[in-house]
Amino acid sequence: MNMKRIASGIAAAGLASGLTLASWMAQAEETIKVGILHSLSGTMAISETTLKDTMLMLIDEQNKKGGLLGKKLEPVVVDPASNWPLFAEKTRELLTKDKVAAIFGCWTSVSRKSVLPVVEELNGLLFYPVQYEGEESSRNVFYTGAAPNQQAIPAVDYLMNDVGVKRWVLAGTDYVYPRTTNKILEAYLLAKGVAKEDILINYTPFGHSDWQNIVADIKRFGSAGKKTAVVSTINGDANVPFYRELANQGISAEAIPVVAFSVGEEELSGLDAKPLVGHLAAWNYFMSVEDPANAAFIKQWQAFTKNPKRVSNDPMEAHYIGFNMWVKAVEKAGTTDTDKVAEAIIGVKVPNLSGGTSEMLANHHITKPVLIGEIQEDGQFQTVWQTEGLVPGDAWSDFLEGSKDIVADWTAPIKCGNYNSKTKVCSGQNF
Amino acid sequence: MLLQRLLSHDRGGQILLVLLLAVMVLVPVLNLAVPADSPFHLSTTTVTLLGKYLCYALLALALDLIWGYCGILSLGHAAFFGLGGYAMGMYLMRQIGDRGVYGNAELPDFMVFLNWQELPWYWLGFDQFWFAALMVVLVPGLLAGIFGYLAFRSRVTGVYLSIITQALTVALMLAFELNSMGFGGTNGLTDFKEILGAPITADSTRVALCVASALMLALAYLLCRAIVTSRYGRIVLALRDAESRTRFCGYKVEHFKLWLFVFSAVLAAIAGALYVPQVGIINPGEFKPLNSIELVVWVAVGGRATLYGAVAGAFSVNYAKTWLTSVYPEAWLFALGALFVLVTLFLPKGLVGVVATLRQARADGSLQRNWQRLASRFGVPTKGEQP
Amino acid sequence: MTERIPLLHRNALPLLALLLWCGAGLATAEPAIDTATPAPSVEAAANASPAPHPALALIGGSFNARAAAARQLASSGEPQAVAILEALLGGQLYGGGEPPQLVIKQGSAFSDALSGAALAELPTGARKIPVNNSLRGQLRDLLATLSLRHSDPQVRRDAALRLLGNAADGRYQPLLAELLTSEQHPEVRQALLLVQALGQLGSGSEQQQAVAVDTLADSLQPEIRNALEVLASADGASADGNPTLAAAARTAADAIDARIQRFQLLENIFFGLSLGSVLLLAAIGLAITFGVMGVINMAHGELIMIGAYTTYSIQLLLPNHISLALLLSIPAAFVVSGLVGIAIERGIIRHLYGRPLETLLATFGVSLILQQAVRSIYSPLNRAVSSPEWLSGSWQINPVFALTWNRLYILFFALAVFAALWLVLKHTRLGLQVRAVAQNRGMARAIGVRASRVDALTFGLGSGIAGVAGVALSQLTNVGPNLGQDYIIDSFLVVVFGGVGNLWGTLVGAFGLGIINKFLEPWAGAMLAKILVLIAIILFIQKRPRGLFPQKGRAAEG
Repeated sequence: MNMKRIASGIAAAGLASGLTLASWMAQAEETIKVGILHSLSGTMAISETTLKDTMLMLIDEQNKKGGLLGKKLEPVVVDPASNWPLFAEKTRELLTKDKVAAIFGCWTSVSRKSVLPVVEELNGLLFYPVQYEGEESSRNVFYTGAAPNQQAIPAVDYLMNDVGVKRWVLAGTDYVYPRTTNKILEAYLLAKGVAKEDILINYTPFGHSDWQNIVADIKRFGSAGKKTAVVSTINGDANVPFYRELANQGISAEAIPVVAFSVGEEELSGLDAKPLVGHLAAWNYFMSVEDPANAAFIKQWQAFTKNPKRVSNDPMEAHYIGFNMWVKAVEKAGTTDTDKVAEAIIGVKVPNLSGGTSEMLANHHITKPVLIGEIQEDGQFQTVWQTEGLVPGDAWSDFLEGSKDIVADWTAPIKCGNYNSKTKVCSGQNF
Repeated sequence: MLLQRLLSHDRGGQILLVLLLAVMVLVPVLNLAVPADSPFHLSTTTVTLLGKYLCYALLALALDLIWGYCGILSLGHAAFFGLGGYAMGMYLMRQIGDRGVYGNAELPDFMVFLNWQELPWYWLGFDQFWFAALMVVLVPGLLAGIFGYLAFRSRVTGVYLSIITQALTVALMLAFELNSMGFGGTNGLTDFKEILGAPITADSTRVALCVASALMLALAYLLCRAIVTSRYGRIVLALRDAESRTRFCGYKVEHFKLWLFVFSAVLAAIAGALYVPQVGIINPGEFKPLNSIELVVWVAVGGRATLYGAVAGAFSVNYAKTWLTSVYPEAWLFALGALFVLVTLFLPKGLVGVVATLRQARADGSLQRNWQRLASRFGVPTKGEQP
Repeated sequence: MTERIPLLHRNALPLLALLLWCGAGLATAEPAIDTATPAPSVEAAANASPAPHPALALIGGSFNARAAAARQLASSGEPQAVAILEALLGGQLYGGGEPPQLVIKQGSAFSDALSGAALAELPTGARKIPVNNSLRGQLRDLLATLSLRHSDPQVRRDAALRLLGNAADGRYQPLLAELLTSEQHPEVRQALLLVQALGQLGSGSEQQQAVAVDTLADSLQPEIRNALEVLASADGASADGNPTLAAAARTAADAIDARIQRFQLLENIFFGLSLGSVLLLAAIGLAITFGVMGVINMAHGELIMIGAYTTYSIQLLLPNHISLALLLSIPAAFVVSGLVGIAIERGIIRHLYGRPLETLLATFGVSLILQQAVRSIYSPLNRAVSSPEWLSGSWQINPVFALTWNRLYILFFALAVFAALWLVLKHTRLGLQVRAVAQNRGMARAIGVRASRVDALTFGLGSGIAGVAGVALSQLTNVGPNLGQDYIIDSFLVVVFGGVGNLWGTLVGAFGLGIINKFLEPWAGAMLAKILVLIAIILFIQKRPRGLFPQKGRAAEG
């Protein structure tokens, strides 16, 4: 083993530490970096690319207003490529190499779960904009999408009280969000006196494309003489073949309405909406909401994407709210320091796009209105029902056995994401 | 001595082992001893990344052993990697104890909120590290044994074998995605706290894991080398090149294939077990058929049937991926795709093949000629600069 | 056949929308209607002219008020009522302006709903009158009662059958009795009699009930089955029940159930065949490139995707001719995907013959590039491909058995593609050369076959067929960058299961896997069914290492 070889070994190690050097130099620049962690390739690119563009637009807009704390904001875009370990790797890179002040990103639950240990370890900030299953409240994550009580439960209430549904099909893709949501809904329905045989639960794999017999089952289940509805937590790509099959087998929205939690304007723009007319979706925002702020947002978005037909959707609004909350909190704290911002952001209120004012709660969820809309032929929603005021997001569902006693409160004195109000114990913290 | 016998005539292996030794020595020093503000400090991010690559390299080594030397193209090797990872993940999950979000000492969090009442039987024992470590080896080994026994006995070969290994990994992916299986569904196992009593996020733990991966890779390399240079290895090579002839010579071809396949699966599983604590999560995404195909690409890019080439391939493709996804997030797939095409077309022996060709050329004095040919192929100006 | 489609289509909708009144329609709308005051616009109109048209009340107010207005309009006997209600249902009714006007939009033309006069443009202030689900259901019911005297017997029959949903309380009995005196058409009569019997079953005397059970015994309509079931279980349990009647109802219900079961089996076979046809389409191109040429073509899925995007592009060019665009897409997709295939073969695969496993790597790279190219060109979002009218809806053979048109067409389409390919391979010069090169390349060249040209054409043929599969898939599923990924593994499994190099194997393999899958699904669930099929394939390959139809002879030891 001669010296040359050892030297080459050192050189290789030096190459690796080049990363560290790069981060050194980054500190010298006078910008505030914002990480954007959305898949631009792979299976999730279909949903997440839009959110990347939304963030670029919001940052651009903020810079036009003079930036933040007198500095310009600088977006750092990376592509985690729908690959869950890569999400963790990229988060680590954003936090240590790029030293971003906050990360806006993730879509699927599993990507959030991959990122979670990293943001907690490195004490970063993550704004997560998608409706999810709840049962989580991290010190470092802010959940600007809907918790189950801000989407699923109001939708079921609407169907039960206003449409008179007596029989329920809970259809979902087999992953954590539908599983949890359906567990919550099942408990809720049983508590409301729905008989067990009036609930049909069905799970399908990701990207399921052959819905023939499931739709036939739904049709049969719905022909028992009681008003039936389908509560769909079917994910992304499986929806198009599902709705097509529904329409082709002649199940109209008047006979068996489907209320979906994952079908928004953007998904509708990718399919022929005619067979879907009248089916429902529950969200916290619709592009069709008549509100000056919304009109301005849509105009700005269409100008930014140079596409006058480009639609907006609910997760985009969640980023809009989340970003504005972060900006306000940074201004309030006077720094981008994670701990100070995390403290300052609780109680921050910013206008949402449906005419109300959303507030960041102590459990790191926000208040949102719940809207139920019927799909129109042009791929837009017509709001048919909406909550009176805003609904506060509930991190821990009251309808699950394990979590009904748990609360999240990140203000003193509790300062805990999973505080058992019975035993007065805060468990599961990583610090 | 033994080491000398294994590594003589193996320049690549020598370099690899020196590098691994450097990693084992320098990583702890540069990360833990050198102060954080020094330019020589090795950040924990880099350590984690390096550890991850080392695990991938071990996986690639496992595949190269059976593909390069025995001609078994497994398009499902990530399945064994994933199984090893799950066994380790289950141990880490049990180590959480009552520090989970629901404070339930008996059940992992995902079971609590899906209303499981008690721990399924197949989770028993995973609170002991030795048991989990045994399972890391045993479960994938057993699966590979059964699968290999059936497949090799009935002489499933070539593309047929590749496709059913692919079917195997898809079946496992779907099975682990099932929430009712009790492995956490698509979210998998995460939120780990500690491993063998050491907090999992501590710098020292990460360094230790990285060093352990490097050590494991070095050991595995030597073992593989020992196998391929032995008499056994020569028979394996023979059956790769002429299976029927080897069989007619009286060798039990199935046995050789089976043992090599099982050994390779175990190596892959160990790679998975080392990978999980460093990444912090294991989920069915690891079983994705594309992962297995990508793995084949690493080996091909690095260079088949050289062992060290697989390691080089795993490092270079993954580094390219890390780098490109940050620098060209919109266009990196073009670059990666083009890389695969170009490597197959122009470098049939992979990256290490280029080095070998150059060395050969330098030895017989034809370097200048060869270099010009190579350079003109890539359109590089031939100023005569040697690499 | 095409002539019947509109009839069947109209037939299907009312049948399946029958349930609406049972729930929401009555529960929520009714009380609101009682208290609903006429909409302001109506009052205004009433002051201005002595006889305001009842239809004008549709313009303003809540959905409930609109429902009341629709009801009033329906019972007013106005000649325009049906046209207005139909326009409202179809989202073609606009209203508003000063003075209030109702306008029907047909295509791009407008006409006054009340006078029928054509209008040059939409009056200022007029907006589309919104409808929601509950209103849609009520409108259909109103239209059904209005259509009972329609001149087209098919419409009358549909309207009558729609009444089934609410007939159990006997509310239609006088109307039905009156209609039956004049109705001549046998099918319509039969439908009316069914509705009448259902009413008698629910509210008639015991004797009427007994007769009704007899009349209804042969029907498959779910409402009738439910009513019989209620009678069978309720009468048996309560003290004042009539055991004979209950027993009769039980027998009738059981007979219906048995028939439904039989149709379910048929339905399941159809589902299996349909899934098989999709697998066949996806795999058959691969059977050429992989099966015949031995190229492990990982970009096969992306060639399917290119076919689907071709369909989308042609639809963009011909937005008003959906059917034509779809038919044009078939040759276009064949050409586009075929050319891409030839380019891949000439550019890459040509250099890799004899190294089959390396084609895997190179084509994997190509598939990444093609995917990302589509993301860059068409955006990462799914694209909407519309289905022509004749591909939507279903062929309602009876109330419990229907075949969806798109799946039926795709089944035949897959068989046609298979037949065409088989003919090409067996009965054309190209096919002969393809087989010759596949069997013995050297010999084929020696007798003057230009092997490299044949390779390119073969690969182009396989790729083109993949493109054609993309056209069919665009009618079933998403058109997006991930389309190819979803089918690549299934395609390989089908080809390997059937036996590499054997087209018949691919055919049998595809339909076999489809049917097995669909028979496992009901009891195992979609997830487990898929896993079981995969395990079955793994075990099957152990039994028959060369697939269902192994290649025999010299070529077998490849």
